[in-house]
Amino acid sequence: MVRCVAVIEIHNVWKRYLDKTVLEKVSLSVEKNEFVTIVGASGCGKTTFLRMLLGEVEPCEGTIRIDGAPLIPEPGADRGVVFQRYSVFPHLTVLENVMMALELSDSRWLGRTFGRRRARNVQRAREMLKRVSLEHASDNYPSELSGGMQQRLALAQTLVKAPRILLLDEPFGALDPGYRSDMHALLLDLFQELDLTVFMITHDITEGFSLGSRLLVFDKPRVDPHNPDLYGATVTFDLPVGHHRRLDSIVDNMNVKPSHA
Amino acid sequence: MRLINRRPGGVGLFASAAIPFALALVLYVVASSIRLAENPDDKLLPDLSTIGAAIERVAFEPDKRTGDYIFWTDTGASLARLATGVFLAAFLGLAVGVPNGLVPWFGAFWSPAIRALSMIPPLAILPILFIVFGVGELAKVMLILLGTAPFLMRDIEQRVRELPREQLIKAQTLDATSWQVALRVVFPQVLPRLIDGVRLSLGSAWLFLIAAEAIASTDGLGYRIFLVRRYLAMDVILPYVAWITFLAFLFDFGLRRLNRRYFPWYGA
Repeated sequence: MVRCVAVIEIHNVWKRYLDKTVLEKVSLSVEKNEFVTIVGASGCGKTTFLRMLLGEVEPCEGTIRIDGAPLIPEPGADRGVVFQRYSVFPHLTVLENVMMALELSDSRWLGRTFGRRRARNVQRAREMLKRVSLEHASDNYPSELSGGMQQRLALAQTLVKAPRILLLDEPFGALDPGYRSDMHALLLDLFQELDLTVFMITHDITEGFSLGSRLLVFDKPRVDPHNPDLYGATVTFDLPVGHHRRLDSIVDNMNVKPSHA
Repeated sequence: MRLINRRPGGVGLFASAAIPFALALVLYVVASSIRLAENPDDKLLPDLSTIGAAIERVAFEPDKRTGDYIFWTDTGASLARLATGVFLAAFLGLAVGVPNGLVPWFGAFWSPAIRALSMIPPLAILPILFIVFGVGELAKVMLILLGTAPFLMRDIEQRVRELPREQLIKAQTLDATSWQVALRVVFPQVLPRLIDGVRLSLGSAWLFLIAAEAIASTDGLGYRIFLVRRYLAMDVILPYVAWITFLAFLFDFGLRRLNRRYFPWYGA
């Protein structure tokens, strides 16, 4: 087996709010090119966990390291994100949405590029849009697109920046099931092509099994029936999954049929 | 068909909108003729020809004393004050509202002060404005500014806060600085909302304009109305009021068109 470097190391992370523990003693090490899917009941801290990786939420205790360096507690260009909604800018056309991702780094004051630089950015943006099959909609505003097209645009906008880590918060949760499998294929292609490490929250346990290479289940190991907020959730299952692995035994235990068994 | 599903078509829409206006006109003419039949010198409801003559006198004949066409000089003076005040208020609304909503430390500093400022009834401090800024143009513009800017600042601040948090996070993951978030994410999205805010505040801007002109001025639509009131010159007051209403409608309509034309994504 090839020795892999841990990209993300999470050590004994806790998150508490005033009268509520959301996460407790989460420890995890994720290597480069892992595709981690995260499932769990609503309110089990999945999104809080993702927002911690994003830098939007700070843990109360414990450390998160990326490439050995402590996580800076604000979002940055090394971690791309696609939310379930509101991931694209409604006031920009499809092309401008992708362009902006490039222009923000190119021009620190105006956030816009001109002349030859702009032409180069237009070309790169168009290539990325072609990759997600949106080139025909370049001049449309996001409100004119379907939900699935908007999510493809959000992916294109994020991936044109070539982030090392991609964070997905139920990106396909609002899509039709039929449409979802197309998005899965696209995501897997891009995942392999762009050398990403992915964290994806999903409500769809089949998706969790079939799409990723590693499945995390968030749950509360201890529950106080008189005060359900007393204890937090943690990673209760950490399973290798995916087409290459033998799922049957796990699946039988969990009583779920994955699509690629 | 149910009543809630019946919709007026093109002609129906126009006719239903026009009927109340026509009705008001007819009612006025009838009431006027009844009063004039009783007393030909009645000044309260002059008939249309008297009003027409008054319009001709103020709008199309030079004033005997000054040589000005007073209707147009009044309109010009009022619109200049209104435009200056509203434009400055819109600028302040953006310049203060955007950082207030976007930068927590800026908001922590300015937000409570502006909330307090917006509670001051502007007309209550009109005397102070006249004392401080004199009875010239500045005091009138300041009254409009003080009357509309706090509302716009607070409105824009609120609109900025209403932008989905996801958008701001997303921009940061695309390497945006705070400045770039303000410039490329917040500002363009807030502009059409500012125009909507201006549309709403135009009503109070007119109120403050006319109040200021009524008290200390030598020209302007509000000045004229309060001047001729002394002679009970309804034949001048009524067309002036109609003209102000028409102008207000025109601005509202224009701003709405502007929004639709330049921000096609807005409201979609």
